Amino acid sequence: MGEALVSLTPLPLLEEVFVFLEAALSYVTALRCRECGTEYPVAPRVVCDCIAPLEIHYDVEGWKKTVTREKIASRPPTLWRYREFLPLDKEPTTSLSSGFTPLVPAPRLAQALGIRKLWIKNDSVNCPTLSFKDRVVAVAINKAIEFGFKTVACASTGNLANAVAAHAAAAGLESYVFIPDDLEDAKVLGSAVYGTHLVKVQGNYDQVNRLCSQIAGEHGWGFVNVNLRAFYGEGSKTIAYEIAEQLGWRLPQAVVIPIAGGSLITRVGKAFQEFAEVGLVEPAPFRLIGAQATGCSPVTTAVKKGEREFIPQKPSTIARSLAIGNPADGYYATGAIMDSGGTGEDVSDEQIVQGIRLLAETEGIFGETAGGVTVAVTRKLIEAGKMDPEAETVLCITGNGLKTLDALQGRLDLGVTIRPRLEEFEAEVLRGAKPATAAVG
Amino acid sequence: MSIKVRVPPAITRGSAGSELLELTAANLSELLTELETHFPGVRKSLCDEAGKLNRFVNVYVNDEDIRFLGGKATISRTATKCC
Repeated sequence: MGEALVSLTPLPLLEEVFVFLEAALSYVTALRCRECGTEYPVAPRVVCDCIAPLEIHYDVEGWKKTVTREKIASRPPTLWRYREFLPLDKEPTTSLSSGFTPLVPAPRLAQALGIRKLWIKNDSVNCPTLSFKDRVVAVAINKAIEFGFKTVACASTGNLANAVAAHAAAAGLESYVFIPDDLEDAKVLGSAVYGTHLVKVQGNYDQVNRLCSQIAGEHGWGFVNVNLRAFYGEGSKTIAYEIAEQLGWRLPQAVVIPIAGGSLITRVGKAFQEFAEVGLVEPAPFRLIGAQATGCSPVTTAVKKGEREFIPQKPSTIARSLAIGNPADGYYATGAIMDSGGTGEDVSDEQIVQGIRLLAETEGIFGETAGGVTVAVTRKLIEAGKMDPEAETVLCITGNGLKTLDALQGRLDLGVTIRPRLEEFEAEVLRGAKPATAAVG
Repeated sequence: MSIKVRVPPAITRGSAGSELLELTAANLSELLTELETHFPGVRKSLCDEAGKLNRFVNVYVNDEDIRFLGGKATISRTATKCC
């Protein structure tokens, strides 16, 4: 009988079991203070005892032994193909389709901007809520489930609210989203439709965020960008992993990134460094370029002065998704930009609209106002000789233009109305046609 | 001047949410001194030896960030809340 039992355990099955167990292991070793280095057990914790923020610390040697390009490339095209680099203890159970958005060559925009080689990382088609926030929320929601939270919440300028509401609905969690009361209708409706508890706060994002910090201290909820922030921020890294893989396992020379809370730009730098350290890409210099609106530019203002400390501002810009005057990761964003040899710039609301139109008219991509900021800042820096036009450059378009239609109201040629007659078409449309590329050139 | 001060759990290091105190202080320095008597060691976490606030600490007076009110010198003659 013993011989029969042995024969029922073929080697391939053993391998499958081994692979499953290996994939289930976490490479997280601790939460570590970004200032004093004190380590804490993995838990929903806001800050270190020294009040500084925490970040995830990983077993880098473990990554080196386990992760290969082939293993990553064999997995489905979602952000979970990089799961060893994310802070989950178990396999994700929800938000399984987010990430791996297109990296689009952008030759027409490159020509318009005077850049030799340009790509668009198009997170305006991220799944399911059309912004890069699907990345951070996918990670945060799965971590919230691991921690046993039944309710998740966030402070948001819109895109995060959409993502938390949608991902929570799909996971069967209750959600509360807190937003400034003057957000675009598309972002308000795009949260409410998921059945979330929508709380519109009279004030700007910084006031919403302060309220949420207080609520998180009183109620046992998982606030994705407060007590889950260390985990949430790690989801941002996946946009950089994807860029590196989609470029053929190498790093771009420059990446232009819109800045709101500052988490994304810091995590892009961290992700590139992690891939290089593990040997998935050749180490190579890359410049991080920060993009903000003039009406809310605490980070780029500090960078232009050569300072890491930023001064908070009171936001006033049409780029409401970037309207954070006191960014939580602002100090680290200025550091990431300056340490990379990059720079930062801000643009006016008018330039933002021109940036939206230029991207749409040259590459057929409709980015939201933050995308307009990214394109317009690139144009401004190239024209000022502050960006290298020979560098291989990636622009991060982090949200969909359908969410910020009001920014374009009254600014586009909406065509003519005619009766259904050929002669009227020829007279009113063909003979009266204007150039269709007003933002180009 | 008596003001109500809401102190978050990250500072009280308690597990039952924030604490609401009623303290007497005319400026931030006096407020930090008062807080130190309730939470020994807290001043060192909140500011450096010169009294400059830790970059990660936000102080709000009557719902306004103190940095928009002229900084650490004055809380306000009309302040009723600080957190």
